[in-house]
Amino acid sequence: MDACVKQREYTAKDYKSEVKPIWCPGCGDYSVLAAITRALASMQLAPENVAVVSGIGCSSRIPAYTSVYGFHGVHGRALPVATGLKIARPDLTVLVTGGDGDGFSIGGNHFLHACRRNVDLTYIVMDNQVYGMTKGQASPTTDPDWEGSKLTPDGAGIESFHPLVVALAAGANFVARCSSSDPNNVADIITQAIRHPGFSLVQVLSPCVTFRSEQLEWKHLVRTAVVDVTDDAARAARRLMTDDGFNVGKVLYKGDRPAYQPEPKGMAAVAELESDFAL
Amino acid sequence: MSGQTVSLVMAGSGGAGVVTAGSLLLEAAARAGWYAYMTRSSGPQIRGGEAAVMVRLGTEPLASHDDCFHLLVGVDWQNVGRFAAEIPLGPDSLIIGDPGEGEVPEVFARSGAQQIALAMKALAKTIPDGRPNMVAFGAIAGLIGLTEDIVVGVLRDTLKRKGEGAIAASLAAFRAGVEAAADFPAVPRLPAMKADTSERWSITGNEATGMGALRGGVRFVAAYPITPATEVLEWLAPALPKVGGVLVQAEDELASINQIIGGSYGGVPSLTATSGPGLALMTESLGLAVAAEVPIVVVDVMRVGPSTGIATKSEQADLNIAVYGLHGDAPHLVLAPTSVADCLFTTQWAVHLAESLQTAAIVLTDQAMGQARAVMPRSAAVSFIGQREKPAALAEGVHYKRYANTASGVSPMAIPGMAGFTYTADGLEHNETGTPSSQASDHQAQLDKRLRKLTGYNYGDHWADITGDADADTAILTWGSSAGPAREALARLRAAGHRVKLVAVRLISPVQPEKFAAALAGVERVLVVEQSHSGQFHRYLRAQYDLPRQVRALHNPGPLAVRPGAIVEQITQWS
Ligand SMILES: Cc1ncc(C[n+]2csc(CCOP(=O)(O)OP(=O)(O)O)c2C)c(N)n1
Ligand code: SF4
Repeated sequence: MDACVKQREYTAKDYKSEVKPIWCPGCGDYSVLAAITRALASMQLAPENVAVVSGIGCSSRIPAYTSVYGFHGVHGRALPVATGLKIARPDLTVLVTGGDGDGFSIGGNHFLHACRRNVDLTYIVMDNQVYGMTKGQASPTTDPDWEGSKLTPDGAGIESFHPLVVALAAGANFVARCSSSDPNNVADIITQAIRHPGFSLVQVLSPCVTFRSEQLEWKHLVRTAVVDVTDDAARAARRLMTDDGFNVGKVLYKGDRPAYQPEPKGMAAVAELESDFAL
Repeated sequence: MSGQTVSLVMAGSGGAGVVTAGSLLLEAAARAGWYAYMTRSSGPQIRGGEAAVMVRLGTEPLASHDDCFHLLVGVDWQNVGRFAAEIPLGPDSLIIGDPGEGEVPEVFARSGAQQIALAMKALAKTIPDGRPNMVAFGAIAGLIGLTEDIVVGVLRDTLKRKGEGAIAASLAAFRAGVEAAADFPAVPRLPAMKADTSERWSITGNEATGMGALRGGVRFVAAYPITPATEVLEWLAPALPKVGGVLVQAEDELASINQIIGGSYGGVPSLTATSGPGLALMTESLGLAVAAEVPIVVVDVMRVGPSTGIATKSEQADLNIAVYGLHGDAPHLVLAPTSVADCLFTTQWAVHLAESLQTAAIVLTDQAMGQARAVMPRSAAVSFIGQREKPAALAEGVHYKRYANTASGVSPMAIPGMAGFTYTADGLEHNETGTPSSQASDHQAQLDKRLRKLTGYNYGDHWADITGDADADTAILTWGSSAGPAREALARLRAAGHRVKLVAVRLISPVQPEKFAAALAGVERVLVVEQSHSGQFHRYLRAQYDLPRQVRALHNPGPLAVRPGAIVEQITQWS
């Protein structure tokens, strides 16, 4: 008997589609795409059992560039699509990809509730502190004094949003920050995020070289955070509130809240429900 | 309606128990072999406040209220005048009021109805734990011919948990009411019916909608509460898990529609229910379901609009947004049940069509139909179960084309988990494989196919309910809950010798021009009946179909229900 048929090994290439990205040369999103395919290969997940869901934006183009099941929806609604998919199909590994505008502005309410609902999803946000696809407007994570947008020529003038701290407050189960300049580290963190049950948020600093060319400097500014992962949300939040946003490369928080996954209770025939109405 | 009917209203302030008494009456009437139709009105208060139950009982199934109520029983009169427009009375009506609760309000007295006093509160006080609503129930039962043996059975079953004492007290109060009403002026009495062994249901339109969804195969529901759609969800929440499904309460309507798009993309037939404000929020994602070809069903239980309008009252004014609200050219299905019972069939059919055609279906029901309770014959099971076409095995090296430009327009749909068929579903315009494309040729091809799959499909005879005379010269065109009074008007008109037919349109979109023309062959004039201020259905028909030269429109805004008599009058005075 052929007892020992070797399973084919998946390589990162097996998760990449033939569609050519529309991204600008040098965009940070290329290495995030590479990191995702590497993470999937490291876990040897069958492509047909993985789905990548996104909204709209440059970063939201990721699903088309993978060869797993993909869903490219409308602006800001990636998390609800992924929530419905995972609840209906708990057997799948579901990743969500997108930008800071998609996730924290138009999709802000869903972001809060995805953190608190804690469905087992891995949310990868490519944060470039700008709306890339619509040609460079301030996003929720843009510094208030950035004057590079024609829409807000005097700067946005409002405080930037702190997604990781908000995620902790809202109940996310896994919080990490990394930089697209180190795709191996991004792949490693995504792998950990997928393995951790519940809602995981991975913020990737991913420069928009076209509308925020100064972000090319990020690769020199980032440093590996010198912290251990904590399960104390308050401690994690305190660290994040006091750092300068360039401490990357580490998982900052891992909680142990059980993932939300409503289960069917039975397999009765629909006709059995008719007794509700019978006189 | 053929057969005999009696119409009555029980009104009182919150806590007076009129809704409880109404439910008992319905249950007892059903056991007596009668059919029933009940709607409720309540004030704007969240709890308490005034309430009225409007009940019509008859010897045949009922789908609407009558022009006038035979009997109004005011357990008390606090603010009940607010509902006066919904409670038409005439000189032949009878008003029973409690003298201890003050004069009959002027709005009701003005009708010229006979008035009679019944000291419900005082009578109830003479019975330990007796309640005035049960005295009212007794008076009504005595007047319409509902016998005590049936009521005893109902009280025993419904008050079981409260113990013998409660049953005895209710029965004593009930008897006091029967006795007191013995010499009251008559209202129509219904004949005793033979013991009927056919199965009957007591069901609301919203429950029937939920049941239709399950029969159609829906196993995932996500929704955000809104009156008057919430009961669809409240019925489904415990029912779904029993049959292997789940319901999620979403953070808002944007989330709920996108959650069901996700669930359906995963291969599970999915549905949400909402009302006008929620439907408005969902329109962008309805377009996504159309473009990405993900089957979903959105039930809109219409209420009075615009904006938050009147949450507890009915209107049929979301037709425009349902048909035209989506941006771009986005062909989709719009369906409307024509009665409480039909909520079940139409919702099930909508699931079937959405799944078969891989698109979005909107089901337009309304508050009047959704919250009405009907005693009706058990709904027979039909064989429409959601079915999507699956892809066949691919040859080695061949790429799966999710959006293949097939002759029928329907492209086989893979679901996650199927090896070899991975693809990306996209709301962006795309080519046959799903790759985003901004080329005119891809756009044209995909637009054509998404339209073709809807227009080329054979919807059979379900597009409309057509009744009446085959050689009619006059037709009543209507939809949704307005079909109820229209059916009754049709019966009255035919009894009076008119040659009329009724076309109650169930498939609002896509339009069925050939079937419509056939249905109206030989018809010289049509009356379009609906409940909207601007006549949305009338305008829609004019835009989409050829109508006979003579057209009249009867369109009331909510909450003024269309009455059968008003339809009859329009036609009899039209010559
Ligand atoms: C409802 C809606 N509003 C606005 C837009 C336009 N729009 C497309 S992408 C985008 C912002 C994208 O920014 P971000 O999510 O940060 O992604 P990036 O392009 O920077 O990766 C906007 C506003 C849209 N597609 N839909
Ligand atoms: S605009 Fe910015 S975010 Fe978009 S592809 Fe170009 S570099 Fe990347």
